[in-house]
Amino acid sequence: MADAQAPPVIAGRLAHRRSRHLRERFIEALLLAAALVAVATTLGIVFILLKESLSFFSQVSIVDFFTDSQWTPLFSDAHFGIWVLLSGTLTSSAIALSLAIPLGTVLAIYLSEFASPRVREVAKPTLELLAGIPTIVFGYFALFFVTPMLKTFIPGLPGFNLLSAGLVMGVMIVPYISSISEDAMRAVPMSLREGAFAMGATRLQTALTVVVPAAFSGLAAAYILGISRAVGETMIVAVAAGNQPNLTFNPMDQAATITAYIVQVAKGDLPHGSVGYQTIFAAGLTLFVLTLCFNLLGYWLRRRYREVY
Amino acid sequence: MAVAADLRVTIARAKRRDVMFVALGVAALLFAACTFVALFVDMISSGWTRLNPDFFTEFGSRRAERAGILAAWVGSFAVMIVTALFAVPLGVAAGIYLEEYGSRNRLTALIEININNLAGVPSIVYGLLALGLFVHTFGLGASVLTAGLTLSLLILPVVIVATREAIRSIPGAVREAAYALGATRWQMIQHHVLPYSMPGILTGVIIGLSRAIGETAPIITIGAVSFIAFLPPAPLTSDPPFLSFDWLASPFTAMPIQIFNWTSRPEEAFQANASAAALVLVGMTLLMNAIAIWLRYRLRRNLNW
Repeated sequence: MADAQAPPVIAGRLAHRRSRHLRERFIEALLLAAALVAVATTLGIVFILLKESLSFFSQVSIVDFFTDSQWTPLFSDAHFGIWVLLSGTLTSSAIALSLAIPLGTVLAIYLSEFASPRVREVAKPTLELLAGIPTIVFGYFALFFVTPMLKTFIPGLPGFNLLSAGLVMGVMIVPYISSISEDAMRAVPMSLREGAFAMGATRLQTALTVVVPAAFSGLAAAYILGISRAVGETMIVAVAAGNQPNLTFNPMDQAATITAYIVQVAKGDLPHGSVGYQTIFAAGLTLFVLTLCFNLLGYWLRRRYREVY
Repeated sequence: MAVAADLRVTIARAKRRDVMFVALGVAALLFAACTFVALFVDMISSGWTRLNPDFFTEFGSRRAERAGILAAWVGSFAVMIVTALFAVPLGVAAGIYLEEYGSRNRLTALIEININNLAGVPSIVYGLLALGLFVHTFGLGASVLTAGLTLSLLILPVVIVATREAIRSIPGAVREAAYALGATRWQMIQHHVLPYSMPGILTGVIIGLSRAIGETAPIITIGAVSFIAFLPPAPLTSDPPFLSFDWLASPFTAMPIQIFNWTSRPEEAFQANASAAALVLVGMTLLMNAIAIWLRYRLRRNLNW
């Protein structure tokens, strides 16, 4: 109505303004749609995993899934005990973390509290580069370098084993742990350190009794993200740990992890809709739930330490 | 006197521990460096002889000494193009929305939690998503398009986070100046926020792509084949309309899959091929990472708001 009564010049301006406004709203809607892709991806993952897993669990009892001690989904006498795969995942992750957590923490303390800026400037990008190496290359390294090297110390070690895969996985995780831990420690205010120094504490005493406790939730978040990465790591174990499902917690054995099993099945040609095809989704769902718990815990811890300072 | 002597002993001990810890830290650094060096020396010593021009121009073969990585590097390249085409616009748009438009409400909180969570989802789970959704529900098959879409979802969080950080470093005064001249929000973003944050976004995109190019698990899961003796059809044709999108639907193989295939063969000769291909792949990712790190370093030095 206002346009009709207004002089032509103003009407033109109003029309221009309206089209401008419409364009703005349209662009905002477009950008929001892009942001919602992240939500859609999560929903898609949950939907696909649940859909295939539900038809899997309509044929295999969920009690057997968690209690059976064999995993032979492709045999005529099929057994579906996820613990067989979980044992491989947990063992390789435990080996990886028992290397990565001490090493990553020492590196983080050293880089944040002791190293000169010059050392830090070289060390940080180098560690980042180490984190950028594709995991398939680490898998190759585990199989063709670390395993033969370990064999000279441990005669009788099989060509495929959890130990070598776990150790290389540990090396791969070190940069993640050291970088998040270091960020957490550097976020500790200088005044806390100065207080400790004024009391006569050495650098190490300050680091261990003041900085580490103050950054503890950050460190914990780093460890948890390291765990979640170890549990989800695929190619190193698929290449170097063997693909034999094996209920074992012995690092010298070969065993399949959840991730390695999915790769092994996906490489073959299983008909869409068969139970064998659905097993990888049930295994994937187990993996997703496991990492989701760790991620949420890590997210919560990181938020907590951010709020403190 | 005795107390002073005790104190001196205590101080000396504490100082000794400091020195010991420094030694430990240096040892940890050296350990990481040695692993790095060992990895390279091992790859170079066993793969160097295979790195000749033929290696890049030959298809896979049953005979190790004649096998090459032509199909693999062309496939990786094609997949990376699709990945970038989807991940960059989506990621940048999502980043802009979250920084410039999103108010602190439940919707943006939901999106943020999702992005944080997606960054921690194992890559193989993306492969399962793609297998169920793109391959079987949408019927795209194990094609270049499927792989590109999968990897773009995988690196989306990286691109979004990089975009947000780049945008956040632009001072509010720039925005207010644009508004004062009568710009709309999008005009302000288009002419100021985007150009100023471009280097930061570029860094994030390169890091994301360098991760995508090395990802093996998701593209194995969608069913990419490891032996292919042809290339995807060329995007440019001699007949009108001179453009062809057939390459998107083509089956493919990629560098990491080729390496995986060669490492899982029992013959020793293929190990040399695996080393050489791994060397090429690491070279590509390290180069991309180095460019990104250099870009970021340059950026930090030149930024004087």
